[in-house]
Amino acid sequence: MTDDIKSRIRNIIAEQAMLEPEQVTDDATPEELGIDSLGLVESIFAIEEEFDISVPFNANEPEKSEFDISNMGTIIAAVERLVAQKAA
Amino acid sequence: MSGKKTEKAPRPSKEARIDAGVSAPSVATSAGELRRDGLRRVVITGAGTINALGHDVKTTLEAYREGRCGITQLDFRDVERLSIQIGAQVHNWSPETYFNRQQILLYDKFTQFTLLAAKQAVEESGLHFEGALGLRSGVILGTAGGGLNTWDENYRAVYEEGKNRVHPFVVPKLMNNAAASHVSMEFGLRGPAFTVATACASSNHAMGLAFQMVRSGAAEVMLCGGSEAMLCFGGVKAWEGLRVMSKDACRPFSANRNGMVQGEGAGVFVFESYEHAKARGAEILAEVVGFAMSSDAQDIVMPSAQGAERAISGAIVDAGLNPEQVGYINAHGTGTAANDKTECAAVARAFGHHADRLMISSTKSMHGHLIGGTGAVELLACIMALRDGVIAPTINYEESDPECALDVVPNEAREAKVDAVLSNAFAFGGLNAVIALRRV
Repeated sequence: MTDDIKSRIRNIIAEQAMLEPEQVTDDATPEELGIDSLGLVESIFAIEEEFDISVPFNANEPEKSEFDISNMGTIIAAVERLVAQKAA
Repeated sequence: MSGKKTEKAPRPSKEARIDAGVSAPSVATSAGELRRDGLRRVVITGAGTINALGHDVKTTLEAYREGRCGITQLDFRDVERLSIQIGAQVHNWSPETYFNRQQILLYDKFTQFTLLAAKQAVEESGLHFEGALGLRSGVILGTAGGGLNTWDENYRAVYEEGKNRVHPFVVPKLMNNAAASHVSMEFGLRGPAFTVATACASSNHAMGLAFQMVRSGAAEVMLCGGSEAMLCFGGVKAWEGLRVMSKDACRPFSANRNGMVQGEGAGVFVFESYEHAKARGAEILAEVVGFAMSSDAQDIVMPSAQGAERAISGAIVDAGLNPEQVGYINAHGTGTAANDKTECAAVARAFGHHADRLMISSTKSMHGHLIGGTGAVELLACIMALRDGVIAPTINYEESDPECALDVVPNEAREAKVDAVLSNAFAFGGLNAVIALRRV
């Protein structure tokens, strides 16, 4: 389940960043992957569509969001939490 | 309250002034009927509005003085399905008070707002357009969404409700030029008439073009301004997608700002040649002295300080003003992280050290962002500054931001005598339009 979520998110981010999924490592930040603020908003939309969840994210204050976008690992953890909440 | 200034802004570079088309010496400050550049002077002789702060100019200006906020919980069908549920909505709006049944069938809300504002403006001007004057007069209006409520209602009817028939007037009701056409019909304006759609800069572009037409002699009188009525389910849902909207308040220039808040309404002005206004003894609200446009040619949503600076400097040059004469700027000031810091950087670059002395406020904190109509409602704050010596505040200002270290007139209106003012508008798509007004 977790691995599945992880690989699905990787595919989404890889597509947005025009990279291969294996290049999207857990410690990579969106910035390092070349994803700008609009790209991030697009990626979050794709994640919401993929998992049928609602991601709390305001582009004006990304650091205050409950959705931690520091790097791929935090994004994956946040999505896993939202998917678990939805299932509960 | 406004915070410490962090660094002195540099003088505008020579390149920036050349970019802005700076070449001629001052042309305004003329006392006669012509400007120093030989073109005609243009004055404002009427104003009208409806927006969340009030249904007329007087109430709106009172709200500006009081720093009253027009942003409330939104109230329309399916609002519970939105993640953004606040907006500066026009309350107590009953079109039946102003229009008959047949008119209501033809007028989308953005047209209704426009006609009400236009009527107020024309009444104040005292103009009648019968005969020759109507042939020499026109209307240019800005809107981004046009009849968006009409699109929304009819898409709902055919998609959600599965209906296979819509009202015959759907197209003439939703088209972006509907408001301009109805204004021309209402007042008999038979000259140039059209609509400008440049997103958040629409009404500044419209007013700027109207100014140029009167100044050049292409028209004697132009009605101009803009209107927006996007506060419906589809309108707000589309904006939600960008994730730049605030869920709680519009706090321009404040370090804790977290996005824009949409508004609705209209503003319409009568721009008239000074010669014509003087000959008939009209009361003059302000003189329009300059206008400039620029395109960032860079990004579809992220603003550019250079593009904004070129429009600001261009308007000052077009007006024949010295930058030091500008005492107040009505900011674009959307309350997004990106706009406000970029706008402050542009002002600092355009004005150099004078940026620390002028006042700049965002009235969007009160009336919300009227998108294509916003510049028109904001021009009222510019007229108030020049005529009444009252600077409208930026309300909801809570924390100073070193990236917005200008005098943003926080939270309370201020009395000050200013001789010249600017109104900024910087649209998605990187399209910038700045207007300069002067006290007469």
